[in-house]
This record gives sequence, C-alpha cells and structure tokens, in this order.
Amino acid sequence: MKCLVAGGNVKVLGKAVHSLSRIGDELYLEPLEDGLSLRTVNSSRSAYACFLFSPLFFQLYQAATPGQDPPRCKILMKSFLSVFRSPVMLEKTVEKCCISINERSSRLVVQLHCKYGVRKTHNLSFQDCESLQAVFDPASCPHVLRAPAKVLGEAVLPFPPALAEVTLGIGRGRRVILRSYQDEEADSTVKAMVTEMSIGEEDFQQLQAQEGVAITFCLKEFRGLLSFAESANLSLSIHFDTPGSTPHLDDFASDDIDSYMIAMETTVGSESSRTLPSTSLSPGLQPLCHSEEEEEDEAEAELSTVPGTPPAQEVPLPVLWLHPGPRTLPAAPQPRAG
Amino acid sequence: MKFRAKIVDPACLNHFTRVSCMVAKLARACTLRIRPQKLNFILADTAAGGGVSMWCELPQENFFSEFQMEGVSEESNEIYVELTSENLFRALKTAQNARSLKVKLTNKHFPCLTVSVELSSASNSSRMVTHDIPVKVIPRKLWKNLQEPTVPDSDVSIYLPVLKTMKSVVEKMKNISNHLIIEANLNGDLNLKIESELVCVTTHFKDLGNPPLAPKASTQDRDPEQMVEVHVDIRKFLQFLAGQQVNPTKAVCNVVSHRMVHFDLLHEDVALQYFIPALS
Repeated sequence: MKCLVAGGNVKVLGKAVHSLSRIGDELYLEPLEDGLSLRTVNSSRSAYACFLFSPLFFQLYQAATPGQDPPRCKILMKSFLSVFRSPVMLEKTVEKCCISINERSSRLVVQLHCKYGVRKTHNLSFQDCESLQAVFDPASCPHVLRAPAKVLGEAVLPFPPALAEVTLGIGRGRRVILRSYQDEEADSTVKAMVTEMSIGEEDFQQLQAQEGVAITFCLKEFRGLLSFAESANLSLSIHFDTPGSTPHLDDFASDDIDSYMIAMETTVGSESSRTLPSTSLSPGLQPLCHSEEEEEDEAEAELSTVPGTPPAQEVPLPVLWLHPGPRTLPAAPQPRAG
Repeated sequence: MKFRAKIVDPACLNHFTRVSCMVAKLARACTLRIRPQKLNFILADTAAGGGVSMWCELPQENFFSEFQMEGVSEESNEIYVELTSENLFRALKTAQNARSLKVKLTNKHFPCLTVSVELSSASNSSRMVTHDIPVKVIPRKLWKNLQEPTVPDSDVSIYLPVLKTMKSVVEKMKNISNHLIIEANLNGDLNLKIESELVCVTTHFKDLGNPPLAPKASTQDRDPEQMVEVHVDIRKFLQFLAGQQVNPTKAVCNVVSHRMVHFDLLHEDVALQYFIPALS
C-alpha cells in the first residue's frame, strides 16, 4: 500500500484523525478500491465512525502491492494522532504526507515531507485485523435532517462541554429541539440543570421527520464529527430511526438496538451522497447493526483535469453511526413558543 | 409565589452575567433573595462552608426592563430560593448575543428558575435557548439566617490596594503556607504575611488610606501606627480575590483583631460584603 497526500489535503487528513480520536482508541486503516478508509468504534461499541478518502484525494493512491491482498491494519489511535497532533503545524510546514507499509519490519510508515527539506518519519506498529464494518442503510431511516455544520455547531454551543447525552427531536411548529438528557438513575437529590435549544425549520436544508419523534445520543462523539464538518464547511445529514418505526430483519440477537442515528456528509455542492461499499461480515466479527443490504450507488465526485492531482474540493466521506443503547426514549420534547 | 423579569439591554445583560460569574466563584451554592426593589445573592456562614459568608445586593431596576414578583404572602413579600451558582452563570453565558432574556420561577416536576433566551441570528430565523435551573424554595422559618449582616465593630478599617496585585502576590504565597496573616493600621499600611519553618514572607502596601472613623471609644486613642492582625486560611482569601474580575469602584477591608476580616466592595451599583473568620 502506498498513498501520497499533498498540499491542503494533509490538514484535512489531520482533522479527520482528530475527529476519529474523539470516538475510539483504535484506528482501523484499510485501503479499498474506493479509497482509503479510516474507521473507529468506541469502547462500548455504540458509536462507529468512518472516513473514506477517495483515490482523487491523493496525489498517488495504490491500495495494494500487485498480487497481494490489501492490508488491514489496526493502530493505536494515540500513535496515529501524534503524527497529526498540531493542525497549525500541518498547515504551515508539511508539504506532503506519505502513508505506506513496510512489509519487512511490519510497520505502518507515515512520512511527513516538510519545508526546508525536513522529513519526519513515523514507524507505527500495527495489528492485522478483520475489516471493521458497520452495515447500515441510511435509506431505511425514516427521518432525515440536513443542515450546515455551522448551524448544528451553534445548536450544541449552549450545552456544557461535559454533557454526555442529548435528545434531538421535532417539536411543535416543526422546530428542531435539542435537550440535555439526564440519566434517571442519577443521584436524585442533586438535580442537574436542563438546557434546551430550539431552532426553526428554516435553518435546515432538509427536514423530513414528524413532530414528536426524538432520539437520544452521545453528544461527545457527535461533537467530534461536527468539528470536522465545521472546519471543512460542509453540511451534515442526520438520518435516524425511532423504536418500532422500522422493521428490522435481524440475524443477530442484538436486542440492544432500539434505534440508531447516522450522521453523514455529502460532498461539497453536490446533492448526492456516497455510501460505504458493502462488505459481508467476516466470521467472528462483532455485529454492529442489522444485516440489510446496502444500496450501492457511487456518485461521481468532481474530477480535476489533471489526473493524479487531487481536486481542491475533494473531501472524504465521513460517517458517524451512533447507537443510543438500551433505554426508553424520553417523552417527545415539550413544544416551546417560538 | 411568582417571579418574572426581563432584560433587553445588552450592557445590562453583560453586567448581570458578570455579577453571576463573581457569585459563582465565591459560593458553590447560594440563596437568591427576591424583593420588589432588590435582588440578593447570599451565602450564610456554615460549618461546612468554613464560616465564610457573603452578601451581595443589586438594585433590580438597573438591570431589568420588566420585573414582577409576588412573595410568599402579602406581609412577607419576598422569595428565597437556593440554587447552584454555576448553573445561573452558565445559563447567562449562553445569552451573550441575545435579543432578550427572561427569567421566571416555574414548576416543572420540581421548582426551577427558568432562563429563556431569544438569540439573535444572522439569518433572521428565531432561536431560543431555555435553561431550567433547579432551585429549592427556602421556608420562612429559615429566613432569619439570611438577613443583611451587620457591619462588625472593626479595629481597623482600610482601603484595599489594586486587587489584581494582591491576588498575584497571595497566589505565590499559597505555595509556602496556608496560614495567612493580614495586618493593618490606621496609617494606611496593610501587610500580608506568611511564615514557615524556613522562610517568612511579607508584602507591604503603604499609603492606602483609611475611611473616616466612626466616633468610637475603642479606636479613639489607638496609635495609628499600631498594627491589628487576623490569621486566616489563605485559600479562602484567594477565593474571594478570584471572584473579583474587575477592580471595584470601592474596596474597604475591616479587621477585627484575631476574630475576622470583612470586605466591603462596590462594583458600580452592586454591593458585596464578604466575611472570612479567623483561624482557630
């Protein structure tokens, strides 16, 4: 495997890694034909995130040495993040970033070509692993919201940074409501402040959900994706489901799943969204979701005229999949006078 | 019991937020006392709090464009509620670019102080943030502990130097000892002293000036050079200084020899009194 990232895309890669580091402690790196995928899952397996960098993102993209299988690596997130620790430094001094695998020493080599002839080489040890795959189908989610990341960033601003969970729902008058979620088992003598943010429908590019639907999810992980989306100035699509609204064809005895939420991004300026390639689950892999077939429809990204040069607007496709876990959802948010 | 108030002026909102920030730094939990003309933030001295107490008063009409309250009864037209100070500050902080802010007492499964903020947003869309701050209503029988403290009969009364200077000095002293000696005289001299086995550090402030003396026998024939001292926990003093983000309009320190130190501050129209007991 050999990938070369150049120019401003190095910073984008760095930001993606920062975003993933807010979710999981291990990074799964897998070069696919569709692009380089960086994935992670959190320790309780309730959040999964994936960034897919299409080949056009790279100046050079070679998924596998000819004749060999593409590698699948699991790396400590801390190690990989340390390469991209400072976004400022990446922007100012790094000209190119080369990611490759050194077969002999079994190391993932990340080499930063910096200004003034400085070259920083990081040799990271990795584990071979199975493909980390969450199979899901956003099209099966009945509810969709889409808004610029900036709007969602402003929406979560009033909540304390330490807040674990938040409920998103549609209130009266088609207002989108975010409310801090408090675990009912918590010490009831010390009640916590409840914060609620209400945003009008007009701030959303798409709002396909009925009044009264709501979903509770982990805010910390969501913020990780949001910070990436804000820095890249993108829109965020949120697809979600509520208990009982979608019949699940479950092979797996995952009775944890009441509902789930997918936050996906679309490419800049285009209406189409790319989905992850469907991969059958390897045996022994922990299932993260039900096994519905994915619809495959690769939309064409904008092509630049010079092959091999990443187009300026090429961005990875990030996906964050959040699974709220076994609990009953709170009552639909109270409507507020607008 | 009813309470409903509104702030529309950004400067007033800013000022109120700063007051709430100061209160949050001085007391984790405090009592909010609501009267027709005044609002108070009160921390009564308790063993748990280490004997520190605070009394903050502000005239409501300098902040609120609308203010309506109905106390517990007609004769006792007051409301006393206890809340976590940090919550109020956090709620107000989110209102920095607000068109308006409303505060009211509500009951949503439990009594709350609800802060509703109408945010101004570029795209002309309406955004509202609501914070429900849980409060505990304080019964009338406990009100007597929450009255305005009497200014103590102090041995020395002196104006304080610039608080920021004192804070930076005391912060360094904290690393040496927790036992701080505050001494002052009627000649405008204030000393902050700490002692350890190896070292003794004193910072001298001179020419601070003393407020005019009330005619009292005890102080009449005192030598103005004579120092009066009180020993306090340095952390409590630091906590008091940490709450003062801006240098106050007026700052007086009253020392009761070996008993307590009392600070009397005025931040524009907000009055603050803070008591630190002597170390036993």
